[in-house]
Amino acid sequence: MKIKPNIAVSDSGFVFNPDTGESFTVNPIGVDIINYLKDNKNTGEISTQIRQKYNVEQPTFEKDFDDFVGLMLNYSLVIND
Amino acid sequence: MEKLRYERPLIKRLESEMPNKFGMKAEHFPKSHIDGVAVKDLLEEHGSPLFVISEKTIRNTYQRAKKAFSTRYPKVQFAWSYKTNYMDAVCNIYHQEGSWAEVVSGFEYDKAIKNGVPGKRIIFNGPDKTISDLTKAIQNESLIHIDHLDELYTIVELTETIKKRPRVAIRVNMDTGVYPMWDRFGFNYENGQAWDALNKIMASGRMDLIGLHTHIGTFMLSAKAYGVAARKLADLALGLKRKYNHDIKYIDLGGGFPSKNTLKGAYLPGNDTNPVFDDFAEEIASALLNSEFSPDALPLLILETGRALVDDAGFLLGTVISNKRSSKGKRNTIIDIGVNLLFTSFWYDHKISPAQEFTHFNEETTVFGPLCMNIDVIRESALLPLLNRGDHFVIHSVGAYNMTQWMQFITLRPRIVLIDMNEKVHIIREAETMDSFNKFENTPEHLKKFEL
Repeated sequence: MKIKPNIAVSDSGFVFNPDTGESFTVNPIGVDIINYLKDNKNTGEISTQIRQKYNVEQPTFEKDFDDFVGLMLNYSLVIND
Repeated sequence: MEKLRYERPLIKRLESEMPNKFGMKAEHFPKSHIDGVAVKDLLEEHGSPLFVISEKTIRNTYQRAKKAFSTRYPKVQFAWSYKTNYMDAVCNIYHQEGSWAEVVSGFEYDKAIKNGVPGKRIIFNGPDKTISDLTKAIQNESLIHIDHLDELYTIVELTETIKKRPRVAIRVNMDTGVYPMWDRFGFNYENGQAWDALNKIMASGRMDLIGLHTHIGTFMLSAKAYGVAARKLADLALGLKRKYNHDIKYIDLGGGFPSKNTLKGAYLPGNDTNPVFDDFAEEIASALLNSEFSPDALPLLILETGRALVDDAGFLLGTVISNKRSSKGKRNTIIDIGVNLLFTSFWYDHKISPAQEFTHFNEETTVFGPLCMNIDVIRESALLPLLNRGDHFVIHSVGAYNMTQWMQFITLRPRIVLIDMNEKVHIIREAETMDSFNKFENTPEHLKKFEL
């Protein structure tokens, strides 16, 4: 799972896709995940980083993560490896 | 370093269309306490889900209603509508405030008597009063509101054996310019049924005709309709004065005032748009004062409003069971409260608030109950914060009808607690148990054993 290289992300959670002209808003944990994806971290590494920062159990986060990247895939913001 | 509170990741596409001018605001402001008591503590101690009633809100709302009417009309009496919420503790708050009782069945009648309401202060409405109910009501000198001619003739018959004059009124239905017109209860004004019933009562000579009653609808969004109703009842009363020189002692305008809830399909929140007590009081008082009643013979104005008095005092607390995404991509949240507990979710878009702090991020969510039934939908669409499994929430304005129309279905009904004026919590109805449920069942001997 990789984020498209031309996707612009601001610290305040504003995401822009120049391919489609669409804009998105993302909450802070979502920005963290996008930045980890930009750094080419894999799912396991992202899960570890998030659980170090946020008070969440692994199964809960993994379910929410799958949902989040599913939406990003749907919005053509990420590509499968 | 302390970890941050978790919120599930969210991405929302920004829409470039015109903003929706009727859009409801997102409910991300938490309702963490009710009358100073923490929602979290209530759920920990009493379990989830949990009905909570605020005594303070009941008394404040009642006093606001009383003030609205008594500042505009000199003789006002409220009668608590038992069917709206007949928890004894709730009824007794209204009785302490001075309300009579308004009941619609023998069961409710007995409840009012058990609560200590004098028979003379009970209004007995409804189409199904048994001979035993009527006998009791006549002996207790209750106010019997006759619904149909069969009941009228039954009362006439009963007066042959009971040596007391029944104190009666008739219920009148009428066209007040609103849709739907309720014409299934009582006698119609426009086609002369009401006059026919009044003439029969007067001709019998065996009853004291002391009142006229109407109840024009429910969740009425037009105050003007009550002005029409009051004028039509005044016309009947003045007709009785002309024809029989008979004074009616009271006019009962029933109930039907809305709470702050938002009806399904409404563009704007009920809190902003529904008429308030002052609107109804103005219409009703003006209609009666401007009629031909002599100033020294104004009838007592009785009001049986239930929903508008108790709805906002009731809260339903619950817990998130799960979050899912539908096949169409919409967020689904499953909670531990179903339509069996929240009957009014069929009519209202109930306000749901989280019970803990959230960020301003929200998601359009369908809120489902836990019943294994497709109809179990609490909100078809609500802008809610990013609730996690186990998070608590508060559903507002559930005090009317839910604690009387709730259904036992696939699980047991929860506790009801009351928070008193000093912020002390009292259990006013215990949660059902398997034993309490099973004690009504009886399995025949030959069906007690089987082998699988």
